[in-house]
Amino acid sequence: MDTQPIIDRCERLYRDIDLGYVQEWKQRTGGKAVGHLPVYVPRELIHAAGLLPVGIMGGGDDVEIIRGDAYFQSYICHLPRSTVELALGGKLDCLDGMLFPAICDVIRNLSGMWQMMFPDKYIKYLDFPQTFNGAGREFYRFEMAELLLDMETLSGIRATPERLNHSITLYNANRQVLTELYELRATEPHRVPTSELYLLLRAGNVLEVSEHTAMLHDYLAAARHSTRPLRDNVRVVATGLFCEQPPLSMVRAMENSGCYIVDDDWVLGARYQLGDTPVGDNPLAAIVDSYMSGTVATATRYVEGDDKGAFLVEQVRRRNAEGVIFAAASFCDPALLDRPMGQKALAEAGIPYTAFTYSENTGQVQVIKEQAGTFADSIKLWGAVS
Amino acid sequence: MSSAEVQKEESMVLQKKMLGEHFETLSKAKENGRKVVYTFVPGNLNELILAFDLLPVHPEVNALQSGMRKLSGDYIQEAEKQGHSEDVCTYVKCDIGMLKKGNIGPTGEKLPAPDLLLLSYTGCFTFMKWFELLKQEYGCPVVMLQVPYQADGKITASQREFVARQLREVVVPALEQVSGKKLDEDRLRELLASSARAEDDLVYVWESAKHKPSPIDAYFGGVYYIGPIFTAFRGLPGCEQYYRSLRSEVDYRIAHGMGPTTPEGELRQQKYRIVVEGPPNWTSFREFWKIFYDEGVVMVASTYTKVGGLYEQGFRHDPDHPFETLAEYCLGCYTNRNLPARVDILAKYVEDYQADGVLFNSIKSCNSFSAGQLMMLRELEKLTGKAGAFIESDLVDPRYFNAANIKNRLESYFQMLEAKRQAA
Ligand code: SF4
Ligand code: SF4
Repeated sequence: MDTQPIIDRCERLYRDIDLGYVQEWKQRTGGKAVGHLPVYVPRELIHAAGLLPVGIMGGGDDVEIIRGDAYFQSYICHLPRSTVELALGGKLDCLDGMLFPAICDVIRNLSGMWQMMFPDKYIKYLDFPQTFNGAGREFYRFEMAELLLDMETLSGIRATPERLNHSITLYNANRQVLTELYELRATEPHRVPTSELYLLLRAGNVLEVSEHTAMLHDYLAAARHSTRPLRDNVRVVATGLFCEQPPLSMVRAMENSGCYIVDDDWVLGARYQLGDTPVGDNPLAAIVDSYMSGTVATATRYVEGDDKGAFLVEQVRRRNAEGVIFAAASFCDPALLDRPMGQKALAEAGIPYTAFTYSENTGQVQVIKEQAGTFADSIKLWGAVS
Repeated sequence: MSSAEVQKEESMVLQKKMLGEHFETLSKAKENGRKVVYTFVPGNLNELILAFDLLPVHPEVNALQSGMRKLSGDYIQEAEKQGHSEDVCTYVKCDIGMLKKGNIGPTGEKLPAPDLLLLSYTGCFTFMKWFELLKQEYGCPVVMLQVPYQADGKITASQREFVARQLREVVVPALEQVSGKKLDEDRLRELLASSARAEDDLVYVWESAKHKPSPIDAYFGGVYYIGPIFTAFRGLPGCEQYYRSLRSEVDYRIAHGMGPTTPEGELRQQKYRIVVEGPPNWTSFREFWKIFYDEGVVMVASTYTKVGGLYEQGFRHDPDHPFETLAEYCLGCYTNRNLPARVDILAKYVEDYQADGVLFNSIKSCNSFSAGQLMMLRELEKLTGKAGAFIESDLVDPRYFNAANIKNRLESYFQMLEAKRQAA
């Protein structure tokens, strides 16, 4: 099978700011949909209550901001203003509720704005534990139990242990195939262009999970046999893009700059948890424990102990990367405050890096391409002289 | 000097003395074997820290003091030279720059390095990054106290229990370890009881602004009034004494129909009464203040002065339930409230203090305060029918205080208030 039709469909989904798929899914199933902002929400729990979880990642570069700028000062990142723009333009009307994960003060305050803008919609701010002990676990268990109850009330469907286990299994399968795709890209980057993988991930924001998993399997099978040539590119990890997403043009520019991106942190929710969630008698506790015991280290999650930056260094080593690109959304406090710590860890490990900022509607992709290209060249040169 | 003037000075003299002594104690902490805890102002655990005989340092206070002493610009540039982004909170950069330049505190003496970073994670995500960064600089232990957000405008039982449990199971053991002492609960209760008495007096002072003329400026004066209670002194007799003295000064002014003292004398002719949302700018604090008192504007209530606690809604530290009360305190500070609750607080201020308008000083650094303020302003105008003004500046980055622009905007705003008054 050719990958192109799959990617074409993903690109249509990516550009469909009217969420046509969600509307169609609702019509077909009679179910309801719940939106969520980055980075992570326990989608299996929403799914188990018969709801469609929909990842809202801002408006990208397809949305003209007319009203959103009246809601945010110029020194606040772009994602909230395009999200407000989408909402005020009725583009999110098909969502029956909205979840705001606790990742930064902007998203936090956006949850309050939503309460004022849409008093009749279901809105929840999801607080996550930043303290990974008994008290944190108990608090998170309570948050999750409350969320589950809310989801059941919204859908009118009880999320029985069987349903929860079933959803857990579906999301485990989704995570597994994504892991395989990431492995394939890291080992044979010419077979899985990053812009394609990005679109596949973005499709997972809207598609029902089984449909998404099937799509990923189809792509994986086709990609293993793709005949694109292997280029003499530099292997890099891209980091800092966990919330406001880069426009597709920027991802393409990065990969056309002489870099193979062999790991990244965009659309992170789907890969946030490191291992599978076990199925069993107490699936809610399993969801809680999986979160507590192993997720990626990202700027919005507190790192206890002394190993700040260790995850990134390990990521570089595991992927056999030669350098790191720090790309942060402009004015993104979590990413930008985290960056010096990541850079320090890399410097100590002798790993080169470069850094820039972007926004979801950046028109400066040429500049980004040049910077990434210069970085790639310098790694090649440095490698040649050392 | 008349007795009235002596009385007027007393609280300021007291505060200056308290601060001087505190920084001197800090500068000698290491030689005297005292242990030092860095922690943040909002929802701070001062009574608990003092119960262990530890010395608190508040990095935000150092940053704002650096701002007022015109040192922050250099510090921020130093941090940017070290790789910190232009776009992030300048309190963090000011602190890091100060550290890189020798960690000299506001009184000119060196600040001791922390023995513990108590990350009271209340009302702002940046705190977490800030102490991750400081941990790398100092290599000392960090103890995290996570305080959940009041997303639905109220404190839930699960939130209170979460914070209290962390206090018992994580924070107290960490403080015991660093101090080498067991927690003395009786001492903690004493400190909490003292806090409550000072809090009563502070509320009295805030509410005095309901008088006309207002005897206080609840913003420009208010930032001094919160000094002792939001920092190292809450729980101590000196703090109680400060607020008793402040209260009697306020009583004196009320009795004599007097206004607050500004750098250029008493503000008796009060033309407009304004409620303020957001922190002030520190680098041009005097210049900023002058724009208001020159026009006869008095600030009758402010939200910034509630970042450490909203006592006027009834909260007092309760010595009978030490952990629960500390939990409630952490959960209750202003920036831990959701936006609708913040709008309600402001609307109530406008009504209770019979304000003519609301000013938003939107701070570039501070997403915790600033994200959503434009919408808050519109909601507030709808709710109260009062006109709002919106200006932008920064806490300690002098590059973001555009005096001419701010003055122009405010002058037009005052003209508008005047026109509204004439029309009414
Ligand atoms: S891009 Fe950064 S600052 Fe903006 S909403 Fe996302 S995490 Fe927050
Ligand atoms: S973002 Fe605001 S509340 Fe947070 S540390 Fe900076 S100034 Fe303080």
